[in-house]
This record gives sequence, structure tokens and C-alpha cells, in this order.
Amino acid sequence: MPQTHMPTEPLVEIRNLRTHFFTDDGVVKAVEGVDLDIFANRTLCILGESGCGKSIMARSILRIVDAPGKIVDGSIIYHNATGQSVDLARARNGSRQLRDIRGQDIAMIFQEPMSSLGPIQKIGRQITETILLHRKVTKAEAKEIAIDLLDRVGIPQPARRFDSYPFELSGGMRQRAMIAMALSCQPRLLIADEPTTALDVTTQAQILDLIAELKEELQMGVMLITHDLGVVAEVAGDVAVMYMGKVVEKGDVFSIFEAPQHPYTRALLESVPRMGGGRRDRLPAIRGMVPHPLARPSGCTFRTRCDHAMAGICDRSEPVLTPAGETQAACFLHITEMTDD
Amino acid sequence: MTDQTIQLGNGGMQPDDTGAMPDLLGPRALMWRKFRRHRVAYLSLWVVVFIYAMALFGEFLATTDIQQTNRRAPFAPPMSIHMFVEGEDGSRQLLLHAKGLKLTLDPVERRRTFAEDPDKVIPLGFFVKGFDYHLLGVIPMDRHFFGPVNPKDRVYFWGADRLGRDIFSRIVMGTRVSMSIGLVGVAMSLVIGVSLGGLSGYYGGWVDNAIQRLIEFLRSIPTIPLWMGLAAAIPLDWPPLRTYFVVTIIVSMIGWTSLAREVRGKFLSLRGEDFITAARLDGLSDWQVIRLHMVPSFSSHIIASLTLAVPLMILAETSLSFLGIGLQPPTVSWGTLLKEAQNIRTIIQAPWLLIAPGSVIVLAVLALNFLGDGLRDAADPHAH
Amino acid sequence: MLGFIYRRLLYMIPTVVLVSVVTFLIIQLPPGDYLDTLAAELSDSGGLDAGTMEALRERYGLGQPFFVQYWKWISGIVLHGDFGLSFEKNLPVGDLIWDRLGWTFAISLLTLLFIWAVALPIGIYSAVRKYSFGDYAATFFGFIGLAVPNFLLALVMMYVAFKYFGQSVGGLVSPEYLDQPWNWDKLVNLLQHIWMPIFVVGTSGAAALIRIMRANLLDELYRPYVVTARAKGMSEFQLLLRYPVRVALNPFISTIGWILPTLVSGEIIVAVVMNLPTTGPMLLRALLVQDMYLAGSLILIVSLLTVLGTLISDLLLAWIDPRIRYQ
Repeated sequence: MPQTHMPTEPLVEIRNLRTHFFTDDGVVKAVEGVDLDIFANRTLCILGESGCGKSIMARSILRIVDAPGKIVDGSIIYHNATGQSVDLARARNGSRQLRDIRGQDIAMIFQEPMSSLGPIQKIGRQITETILLHRKVTKAEAKEIAIDLLDRVGIPQPARRFDSYPFELSGGMRQRAMIAMALSCQPRLLIADEPTTALDVTTQAQILDLIAELKEELQMGVMLITHDLGVVAEVAGDVAVMYMGKVVEKGDVFSIFEAPQHPYTRALLESVPRMGGGRRDRLPAIRGMVPHPLARPSGCTFRTRCDHAMAGICDRSEPVLTPAGETQAACFLHITEMTDD
Repeated sequence: MTDQTIQLGNGGMQPDDTGAMPDLLGPRALMWRKFRRHRVAYLSLWVVVFIYAMALFGEFLATTDIQQTNRRAPFAPPMSIHMFVEGEDGSRQLLLHAKGLKLTLDPVERRRTFAEDPDKVIPLGFFVKGFDYHLLGVIPMDRHFFGPVNPKDRVYFWGADRLGRDIFSRIVMGTRVSMSIGLVGVAMSLVIGVSLGGLSGYYGGWVDNAIQRLIEFLRSIPTIPLWMGLAAAIPLDWPPLRTYFVVTIIVSMIGWTSLAREVRGKFLSLRGEDFITAARLDGLSDWQVIRLHMVPSFSSHIIASLTLAVPLMILAETSLSFLGIGLQPPTVSWGTLLKEAQNIRTIIQAPWLLIAPGSVIVLAVLALNFLGDGLRDAADPHAH
Repeated sequence: MLGFIYRRLLYMIPTVVLVSVVTFLIIQLPPGDYLDTLAAELSDSGGLDAGTMEALRERYGLGQPFFVQYWKWISGIVLHGDFGLSFEKNLPVGDLIWDRLGWTFAISLLTLLFIWAVALPIGIYSAVRKYSFGDYAATFFGFIGLAVPNFLLALVMMYVAFKYFGQSVGGLVSPEYLDQPWNWDKLVNLLQHIWMPIFVVGTSGAAALIRIMRANLLDELYRPYVVTARAKGMSEFQLLLRYPVRVALNPFISTIGWILPTLVSGEIIVAVVMNLPTTGPMLLRALLVQDMYLAGSLILIVSLLTVLGTLISDLLLAWIDPRIRYQ
């Protein structure tokens, strides 16, 4: 359910974030000017095809982008519990300040529960490790907390599972363990990078329910990255649609689903089969392919696949996010309307 | 390539070229490009080519017949090469030459010492007349690449051994035996390794099990004592050629196990690939699947492993010959040359006996290792 | 774990049998039998009476089929601890070899420790600081280490030590300590000598292991679980040691399997050059004069001990890597 109350102060403000990869073949602009606000007790879904930069954007927040990726511009302002603000984009890599925020204030879970846990360390140890890192507790207390957490995320026989190795657990159980680990220090923001993609459908629903429940319980902000519209419809409060490193449309989940403004969002929504839809209708697909990351189209990056592309306008300059209907969209269809006024 | 890509990036301005992609190179071209980028490996390729050329054209490069002794020059030190001679009036003249050696007997210590004789000029030149030989075993010649202009003069660029034989010429000629043992050994390893490894990987089951146990067994025992045992069993009165082949066989026994393992691993991983299943469903026979689909997809790895096996075999031959249980004189190889430097007193008296063949061995092995390493990196596009 | 040990022990039995057969085969290779050599030698110095010859012939089953001879040989060893007679020294083999085998394995094990102490930190450094100056230097020295044969390095070290430091070379202790009982001075003297063979034997192994550790770690360094650990807020050093290094360590440990045989091999060659009181010179001499029971026993025991070392490394690996243990 979408929340009606809107807290004034966001947890994290991302402004003009640009993260580039300097490869041998050229510069890949994975994130190219993203503005986003993330609020407490609210779920922000980042929607987009694979390769659109959503994961890199999320990783930029925690500063865990692997080389040769680098934040080249922009700011990521985090407002901590004591009211101070930290620009994560400028924090020194590996600094105490950054490490204290990681895992404690902002936690992250990943797509591959198979490979995201250390392969030869016991589950329990990997959880207590995080607890001992950030909280002043003894080892025995940490173990108790960890077992409670395993119980809370729905792992049966948590005391026994504490001593299990990751390869002894199923995918769903591993993802639950990952969530337990992420929540071990009661973070204020949980970033979930496609947490259900690698899981089967029934497990997916369970994991999403669990995240939603825990969000309410801990009043934390959630940033959920997905390419699955079904997931968005189920859990999102706000939605941001990304294409080639940019947010092309953002708004609350109802507005986006009811009246999408950006042609890309519309195309995405239309490409999903609907219950009760005409049987003989062919499912529309977005024409063409995502351009090669080293061959970014000039102007609006979507114009090469857009049915409404206007020669002389869309290839000249880049559209910026502009209020359009109930949402904000980065498209000249709306900008020209405004300039015409 | 990078330039092209950037151009393509700019070329994406037209709205119609939606699928703009950088050019894709074929696998061979990609490998070659990657190999060329590995500069040390590329340089090593030329060093290896040079060394094998030296093995082929040894007589042409040698200055002296390798068996020719000189009673007046036991343990003669290396001679230096000079560019100019000074005339009586002090003028300098260009003349490539070496200075002769003067032998003096120290009556107290009863030792022979050599000193450079400034008055004795040995003119040097390219393409000079020397001993008769057959180039590549067929073309009769008496010209040599570099040496004394007067065939009667004796030069020792890298010194002489205890019988006054020229180390330089002996090393050049030893290249043939040492380097070819590597090649022949690797060829044998290839046959054994690829067939056993292929059988093991393709059929799996008990065949695989048996071959794997055999390989494990061979790898778990220390090789040197076994080789020593085998090599020591070679009768000393065998003709050099037969000894050569037996030593090669002994030496190649190490190489094939790792090769077989690699081939097996590749077979196992390829066996599950969809394109192999597809080929089989198309009705190709086992042999056709192996020949047309599997071998091409791992041949580059095999070449790299083979290259890395050559230096191992060269070192093995050298070790055995050094211990006196491999090749026997008068066969000249780098190992038998080093045998001359076996005791510390000899080395103190004539360090070049150790340094000259030693450096050549290290250079050859180093170049082969770098080459193999570069090939291996190039063969695996996904490696870091 | 117990099941794993049983299985591993079971696998060892055919290996051990095979080792002994191959060894015996090798010592049987030279034409003629040992007694011919012995008789030829002894006839020069007085001769051997026909009775003794016959007794020896009977004892070793000479002139009988291969497997009868093998059986006499191996049953003597297994049942009575009788390794046969050294024909050259006319002493039981058992009296001659144990000291030397002990030294060979002491040096090999010390070398293994040396290799690890060197290869582990350098390998980690090389992987973490990929393409740095240090990495290139390590790679370069690694290649050199692989390219220089053991015996050549030994000769060069001896030459340098003798020429520039005036150190006595060869042997494990200076000549004046040879017949002394063990005391503090002798131990110090031993340490002054023993580092050289350890260094020489270990160089190529260390070079190989640095490359293995670097490659293993590079494989692990960019895995998702490393990102997870980083996202937890661990410091780089902490997470490096706890996760990727820990995982990369397993294939590293399993290298004992092949490194031990090469160390023993290397030790034997180096011992010949440096004249160490270990297996090497004795084996070479025994092979050259065809003192076959001595040579055979040495090859057999060295091989068996190596196989045993490999077994221990496998068990160690299973102990630290749960994935293998639970297979």
C-alpha cells in the first residue's frame, strides 16, 4: 500500500550523480546525472532493464563500485540519526566514517544469494561479524542476536542453522540469511539489489513480504532495485524509472502505473501481459535494442527507440526531469508543451 | 581499435543506427591482438625464434670446430673484441680485432695464467672462412658468420674449457641438442597427454577414473630419483643417438600428466556445452565432434601449455646431463657443458664455464616461459 | 570426515604397491644381476666362495622370474624390515639410509615452510596491487626463479659465497664439527649452512606459488561476497584476510601435493652439488655403481614418504575446507 504521509526530510539526497567506468575501450557512463530522494519508512523502487545503471547507482551510495568505476560528479547527502549530514560521494574511500555508515546506517542485500555469502565461513559467523563490527556487545550476545535475527527472517531451527555453511542452504534460505545479516544493526536504509531475481516465484513473494514487514517494524527506508514490474506494483511507494544511466521518470507508484508520462515507461508497462487482456493481441515489445554503452545516442538517449522522437529536438539536447501529469518525466513531449505556454 | 570505438561512439548521432556496436574481431585476431599487447611475451617470441635458428644454423655461427682441442689454451679466459688499432704514429684505425693471449707460467705457484697480449692482433670479420661443414646437413660450406679472418687463428669469445675447446662454439652447437629435446619431448607428451586426457574427459566413467589414478600416481612421486634410476640404467656404451632418444622419453614422462589433466578438464567442461550437444544431435560421430568442435575450441590452450612444457624438459635434460647420467660426452648439450663446471675449484679458476652456459639456459627458459605465459593469457579472453 | 579419511587411505594402497613395483622394475633394468658385479669386484680382492654366492642367490631369488624376486624383496622389507645389502659397502641398507633420509626430509619440510612464508605475503600483495611496481617486480623475479635450474643456482651461490664472503661451502656443518656431538655451537654452525640449500631448493617453488596465490586471489577478489563484506563496513585489510584470502588459501594448500615431490627432487640434485649428507649423493653413487638394493630402497622410501606427505596435505585441506569435507 502506498503511504499517504510524506516525511519532509529525506534520508538520502542524490544530486546529479555521475558514475563512469574507464575501460580500455572507452568511458562507459553507467550513471549519468541522477537526482533522487530516499525517505524513511518508504519504499523506493528503481525500475529499468539490465544494464541501465540501476545497480551501479545503488552501489555508488555505499561507495562499493568496483574499479574501473568511479564517481566523477554529484553528491550523495546522507542525514544521519543525530542530524548531521555526510556527503558520501566525497567521503574518503575506506575511511572510518564511511565504514561506520556501511552495514550500520545503510545496509545492502544482493541479487545472488549463492555467491554473495562467503563460501567457506559459517552463516552465523558472517552475521555476528557485522554485529561485532558496529555494536558494543560480547561474542555470546552477538550470537544470541544473530539467532534471534535468523528466527525473525523465518529460518527454521535458527540455532542449528547458525552453524551451517552457505552451501548447505537453499537459495531462499540464503537470501533470508543475507537479510538477517543486513538487518543485524537495524539500518535506517536498506538497499536491495534485485533480491528476488535468482529465486523461484513462491520464494520471491515470501522475501518481498518479509522486506515489507521489516520495513514497517524498523521504520527504515528501502530502496529496491528491480526489472520486474510485478515486484514494483507489489511493494513500491515511489518509483524511479532508469534508462541508460538516467532517471527518465519518477513519481508515486499509482501515478506511474495509471498515467505514465515518458514513452519509455509507457512502453515498459505495455509490454507486460495482463490478466483478461485480449487473447489475440500481440504483446507489444519495445522496438530495437538498448544502444551499446560506448555508443550513447546524443540528446535524449531513448530517441533511437522512441515512437515519438522529434528530429531536430530530441537529438539536440538532453531533456531534464520536468513535472508532467502526476509525475516527473524527462521528455521533450512535455518540455515543449511547457515552452509553448 | 580504441580510436575506432570512439569514432563509433560519435557516429551514433544519426537516429537510424540503433544497433551501433563496436566492431567485433574474430577469436584468432583477438588472441593475436592480446598477445601483441603483452610486450615481454612478444619480445620473447623473437628470442625463441632466434634460439631455434641458432640450433638450425649452429655450424654457421660457431667459430671453431667443437671437438678441436688446444693444448696451449686450457681454461683460456674470454677474449674481448676491439674496434680500433693504434698505429705506430698514434693514429687510430678501424679494424675489428681481438687481442691474443699470452700464457705465462708462475714458477712459484706452478699455475698457468693468461694475460692479454697487446701486440698480438687477431683481425675479425664477417662471413669468414673456417672449418668445413654441411649447412642443415646438406649444403657443403666453409663460411662462418663471424670469426677470425685467418682460419689458423684461434679466438675464445666466451673462454675455453680444460682441453682448450671454444665454449662459445660448444654452446652454439649444444643448442641443437638441448632445444630439440624440449621439442621432441613435448611432441611425445602431446601424443600421450592429448590421447589419454581426451579419452578420460570424453568417456568419463571408469576410463576416466583409471587414467586419473595413473596421473595422480605419477605426480605424487618425486621425479628426480625415478629419472635418475631410469637414466642410470642406460648403458654407457650406447650410441649417442639412442641415448638421446631414451633421455627424451624419460624427460617427456613429466610433461604429459599436466597436459592430460588440462585436456580432460576442457573436455569435461565442453561436454556439457550446448553446441556440443547440438553437434551430436546433428548425427556427428564421436570422432567428428572431437575433431570439428572440441579440438578447435581448446587448441590455443594446448599450444600455450606445450610452450610452457618445453622449458621444463630442457631443465630436466640439463639436470640429468649435469649429474652425469643423461647425455654423455662427446654429445654436446647445455647440460654436458655445465658438467664441466661441477666442482667449485674449477668454477673459481674459470667462472665462464658456469656463467656462459648458465646464462644461455636461463635466457632460453625465461623466453619460453614468457612466451607460453603470453600465449596462455591470449588464449583466455576472460582472464583478468 | 572419517569417511573421507578412509577413502583417501584406501586410494593410497594401490599407489604404494605401484611405487614399489616401479622402483623394483627400475633397479632391475640394467643388464646382468648384482651378484655378477659383486663377484667381479670381489674376485679382484680375494674372491667370494661359491657357497656364499649361492646363499645370496637363494636369498634374493636371483635368476628367478621377476615377481618372485619382487616378492622376496618386498616381503623382506615389509615383514622383517630388511632392505637388503649394500653391495658396495657390504653393510645392510637399513644401517646406511635413515640418517640421510632424515636430513632430506628435514630440509624439504623447512623449504616448504620457507616457500610459504615467502609466497603467501608476496602473492597477496601482487594480487591486491595488481600492475603496481611491486607486482611487476614479483612477477619478474618469479620468472627468473622458475628459469634458473636448482643446481645452477646452487653453483652460483657457492661461487659467490666462496669468492666474496670466504665461506666454506658444501656440507651442513663445517668440517671441524663433523664428528662432534650436538651442542650449541654446532647448531649455530648448522644454521649458518642450512639456509643456503633451503633457499636454493625453495626458490623455484616459491616463484611458482607466488604466481598461483596471485591467480587464485585475483579469481576471488572481485566475487560478490567480497562486495558483501565491504558493504558490511569491514576494513579492506580485515575483509581481505577473512574472505578472499581465506578462500584462495585452499587451492594454495593443495599444492603441497605436487610441491613436496618437486622439493624432494630438488633437494636430491642440490645435495649432490653442495655435497650435503642427505639422500642425493648416496643415491647418485649407488646408481652409478649399480648398488641396487641401496638405490632401490632410497627411491622407494623417498617416494613413499612423499606420497604420505601428499596424503597429509589432502587431509589438511579437507579439514579447513568444508566443501571438500562434505562431498
